[in-house]
Amino acid sequence: MLLGSRVTRRLSWLMPLLALIVIAACAKDFPQSTLAPKGELARIEDDLFFTTVKWATLVFILVEGALVYSIFRFRGKPGDPEPQQVHGNTIVEIIWTVIPALILVMIAVPTVKAIFRENETPQGQPLTVEVIGHQWWWEFRYPEFQLTTANELHVPVGRIVSLKMGAFDVVHSFWLPQFAGKRDVFPNRETRLWFNAEEPGEYSGQCAEFCGIQHGRMAFRVVAMPPADFQSWVDHMKGITMQTAAPAPADSVHTSSAGGAVQQQGKPAQQAQAPADDSAKAAPAQAQSPEVAQGQKLFLMKGCVGCHSLVAYNAPKGLLGPNLANVGARSYIAAGTLKNTDENLAHWIRFPQEVKHGVLMPNLGVTEDEAKALVAFLRTHR
Amino acid sequence: MATTAVGHEALAAAPGEKTGLWSWITTVDHKRVAILYLIGATVFFFLGGIEALLIRIQLAKPDNNLVSPEFYNQLFTMHGTTMIFLAVMPMSQIFFNYIIPLMIGARDVAFPRLNAFGVWVFLLGGLFLNASFLFGAAPDAGWFGYANLTSKQFSPGMHVDFWMLGLQILGVSSLAAAVNFFVTIINLRAPGMRLMRMPMFVWMSFITMILLLLAFPVITVALILLMFDRFFGTHFFVPTGGGDPILWQHLFWIFGHPEVYILILPAFGIISEVLPVFSRKPLFGYAAMVFSGVFIAFLGFGVWSHHMFSTGMGPIADTFFSLATMLIAIPTGVKIFNWIGTIWGGSLQLKTPMLFALGFIAMFIMGGLSGVMHASPPADLQQTDTYFVVAHFHYVLFGGSIFGLVAGAYYWWPKMFGKVLDERLGKIHFWLQLIGFNLTFFPMHFVGLHGMPRRVYTYPKGLGFDSMNQWETVGAFILAAGFAVMLYNIWKTWRTAPPAPADPWNGATLEWSIPSPPQEWNFPEIPTVTGRDPLWEAKRQRGGTLPEPQRVSGQGIHMPAPSYWPLVTAFSLPLLFTGLMLASKIGPWGIFIGVATLFFGIYNWVFEPSYTSIPGVKGKGHH
Repeated sequence: MLLGSRVTRRLSWLMPLLALIVIAACAKDFPQSTLAPKGELARIEDDLFFTTVKWATLVFILVEGALVYSIFRFRGKPGDPEPQQVHGNTIVEIIWTVIPALILVMIAVPTVKAIFRENETPQGQPLTVEVIGHQWWWEFRYPEFQLTTANELHVPVGRIVSLKMGAFDVVHSFWLPQFAGKRDVFPNRETRLWFNAEEPGEYSGQCAEFCGIQHGRMAFRVVAMPPADFQSWVDHMKGITMQTAAPAPADSVHTSSAGGAVQQQGKPAQQAQAPADDSAKAAPAQAQSPEVAQGQKLFLMKGCVGCHSLVAYNAPKGLLGPNLANVGARSYIAAGTLKNTDENLAHWIRFPQEVKHGVLMPNLGVTEDEAKALVAFLRTHR
Repeated sequence: MATTAVGHEALAAAPGEKTGLWSWITTVDHKRVAILYLIGATVFFFLGGIEALLIRIQLAKPDNNLVSPEFYNQLFTMHGTTMIFLAVMPMSQIFFNYIIPLMIGARDVAFPRLNAFGVWVFLLGGLFLNASFLFGAAPDAGWFGYANLTSKQFSPGMHVDFWMLGLQILGVSSLAAAVNFFVTIINLRAPGMRLMRMPMFVWMSFITMILLLLAFPVITVALILLMFDRFFGTHFFVPTGGGDPILWQHLFWIFGHPEVYILILPAFGIISEVLPVFSRKPLFGYAAMVFSGVFIAFLGFGVWSHHMFSTGMGPIADTFFSLATMLIAIPTGVKIFNWIGTIWGGSLQLKTPMLFALGFIAMFIMGGLSGVMHASPPADLQQTDTYFVVAHFHYVLFGGSIFGLVAGAYYWWPKMFGKVLDERLGKIHFWLQLIGFNLTFFPMHFVGLHGMPRRVYTYPKGLGFDSMNQWETVGAFILAAGFAVMLYNIWKTWRTAPPAPADPWNGATLEWSIPSPPQEWNFPEIPTVTGRDPLWEAKRQRGGTLPEPQRVSGQGIHMPAPSYWPLVTAFSLPLLFTGLMLASKIGPWGIFIGVATLFFGIYNWVFEPSYTSIPGVKGKGHH
C-alpha cells in the first residue's frame, strides 16, 4: 500500500510535534486542561481529538505546503508571457474529492463508536448524584445518603458517578474537563452524564454555558477520595448539626478538608493540612467560644438562615443559597471566586455585591466584628 | 413633486455627477447604495473592533476588574451581533450592490427603491441597536440570545428588547436585499451570460441570496415568539410555563448555521475573482466551484444541531449531525484545492488584493481543519463553549470572511472611487493583519483546550491562562494597527493618487470595461457576453489592451427616478419598535405612529412613478 506507507511515514513525522503538545498539557500549569484526562470519558474524547489532530496536521502540511510552494514557484515578473490557460481537470477533481472523503471515514468511524460509548448507561452500581445549576453556584445531592452539598462534590475513586442534572433557573453547562466533556443542564428537563475518577485528588470545573452576569464565577471542585475516606466523609457529613460540626473523629473531619493535598491512601489523614489555619482539634473547643456563639446568633438574626442550610443530612430542598454544612472545610467560597481564608470569607459576608455583583445575596450591613463572629461560627462547620 | 424635479434635472444635465445631501437621501443608484453600505459597515466594524479591544484588555490579566461583569457581557454580545449583522453582512452588501450589476452587465438592480429601502433599514437598525448604549441597556445575553436567560424574569431590563427588535429590523433589510439580488441575477444578466458563464462572485452571491431567503424567516419567527414571551406573557421558551428553552436553540441554529455560509460564501466569490486575475489564468474547475458552493449551501441546512451536542440529544441525532457536518468538509476542500489549482502554473502578481486572497486560503484551511475537529461530538463536548471554538470561528470569519472582504476592497476600490490604493501601505496592512490575527487567535486554541470557557468576564490565577491571554491582547492591537494603516491609505490616496484607469489589474469581468468610477447608467450600451471571462476574450481578440472607455452624456438613457419614500418607510420600523418598547409607559401611541408611518410610506412609494417619463425620448432601460 503505497498510500498507506506514505501516510504512516508522514504521521511519524508529526509525533514529536504531538508529543510537545501533550507534554505541554501534562504540565501542572493547567489544572483544568482537557488534554490531561483523568477519567474514561475524558480519555475517549482526548483520543478522538488527537485522531483528528493527526489527520488535520497531515492535511495542513500538505495543503499549506502546496499553497506556499506555488506562491514561490509561480511568482511572475512584469512582462512574463501569459501562462498556459488551464480551465480544470476532471481526474484531479475526482481525486481531491475522494481523498478527503476517505480521511473523513477514518475520523467518522471512531467518532460514531465513541458517541455510542458515551451515551451508554453506566453499568454496575454507580453512585448517583443530582446536580442542580443555580445562578451562579452548583448544588449537589446524594440520594443514596440523603446528603446535600454545594460547589464541592466529593466522590469515591473507582466507582462510576452517574449525574442526573437539572437547573434551578436558566440553562447552565456542567463541565469537568479532566473527567468528561460538557453537558448542559436545563430547568424542567433532566440531562445525564457519567464519569469515573481514577486517582484521588482535587479537580476543577466550571459552568460553560453563558448564564448571566456572573457566568464567569461559577466554578466547582470535585474531590476524589479513596472509598474508605469517602465513606467516613459521608458519615461525618450526616452528623453535622445546625449548631456545629459533628464531634466526629479528627481523621474523618480531615478527610473532608480540601487544601489541595492529595490524601495518602490507606493512612488516616491526620497530617493533612486544612485550608484554614485552625485545625480540627480546635474545632470542638471553638464550638463553645463566645465568638462562635455570637456567630451562630447572627446567622439566625441576619437572615442567613433564610437561604442557607447548615445541615447536609435531609437538608430542605429549594433553598436559594448554597448549603453551608461543611463550608468551613471547602477550598473556595462563592463558587470559586475567592480562596476560603478567614479574611476572604469575612469580606464576602460583608460585601457580596462588591465581590460578585448580581448574586442573590444582598449586602446585609454586617459589621466587621459581626463578620468575624460569623466566620468563627462557619469555621466550625467543616 | 420634489422627486420628479430632481429626476428631470438629473437627466437634463449630465446625471451621475449629482452631488449634495439630497441626492444621497433620495438615491436609488445601486452604486450609491453600496457606498452607503460602505459607510455604515465601516463605522460599525470599528465600533465592533473597539468592543473587541476592550474585551482583550479586560482579559489581559487574571481577576481583572477594568470593566464590570455587566458591561463585559454587553461588550461580547454587541461585538458578536455587530460583527455579524452590522459589519460582515453589510460589507458583503457593498459588493453585492456595487459589483453584481456591473459584472452581469446591468444598469441597476431589479428593484432600485427596494435596494434603497434595504440600506436605510440597515443603517437605522444598526443605530437602533447601538442606541441601547446611550440608555445603559445594551444587549447582554449573547448574540445567540439563549432562552430562558432572555425571558422577562431573568432579563427584566430593556437589554434583550433592543437586541430582539434590532435583529428583527436588520432581518427586514437582509430579506429585501435577498429578494432584490435574487431577481436581479435571474433577470438582468446581459445577453449571452448564461448561468454557467456568470462570474464566480455572482454565483456565490446568488447562493447567498437563497440562503438568506430560507434562513431569515426562521430567525424572524423565533424573534416574534420571543417578543410575545417578553411583551405579551406567552411561554414559548419559559419552562415554568411549559415552554422549552431547547426550542429556541433549534430555531436559532436552523437560522444560525446557514448564516455562517451567508457570511463566508461572498468571500469565497471575491477571492475566486481575485486569484485568476492576479494569476493571469482562469479559475480552475469552474463547474466544481459552482456545485461545491451549491452543495455547501444545501448541507448547511442539515447540520444546525452540531451547535447543540452538549445538550445531550442522544446517539442517533449526534451521529447524524456529526456525519452531515463532516460531509461539508468535502465540498469546502474542493474549493480550496481548486483555488490552489488556479494559482498553480500561473504567473502570480503579489499585489495587495492577491496577498489578502492568499492569506484567506491559508487561514481558512486552519479554520476548516479545526471545524472538522469539533464535528466529532465526543471531542466537541470538550471544545464547545471554550476559546477553542472562539479560535475556530475567528479563523473562518476573520481569517476567511474579513480577509476575503478586504481583498475585495483593495481589488474593487479603483472601480468604486477611481483611485488605486497605495501598494506599499497595502502590504504593510497585510502583514500587520496576518501577524496580528494569528497572534490573537492561534493561542486561543490552546487556552480553550486547557479549559478556558467562552463568555467569562475574567479567569482566576493558577489555571495557566495568563500568558496566552496576554499575547492575544498584544495581537489584537497589532490587528487594529493594520486597519488604521488601511484608513490612512484611503485618506492618502484620496488626496494624492492620480485617477485610476478603467482596468488597472487586467481584469476578466465586465466591470473593468467601463470608466472608474462608472457613470450612473454603468453601460452606455448593454454588452453581449460570449464566454466566462468576457474582458479577457475581448482583449485577446483585439491582441492587446482595450482603449480607455470614454465618459458619455447619457442622453436618452432611461434610469429609475430618485425617491425618498424608501427612507420614510424604513424609518417607520425603528419608530414602530420604539413605540412597542415604550408601550407599557406611554400607551400604544408610539406603535400607532409607527404603523401609520409605515402605511404612509408604502402608499406613497407604490403610487410614485418609478421611471421619469421624458417626452420624445424612447426608454432604453431594463425590462
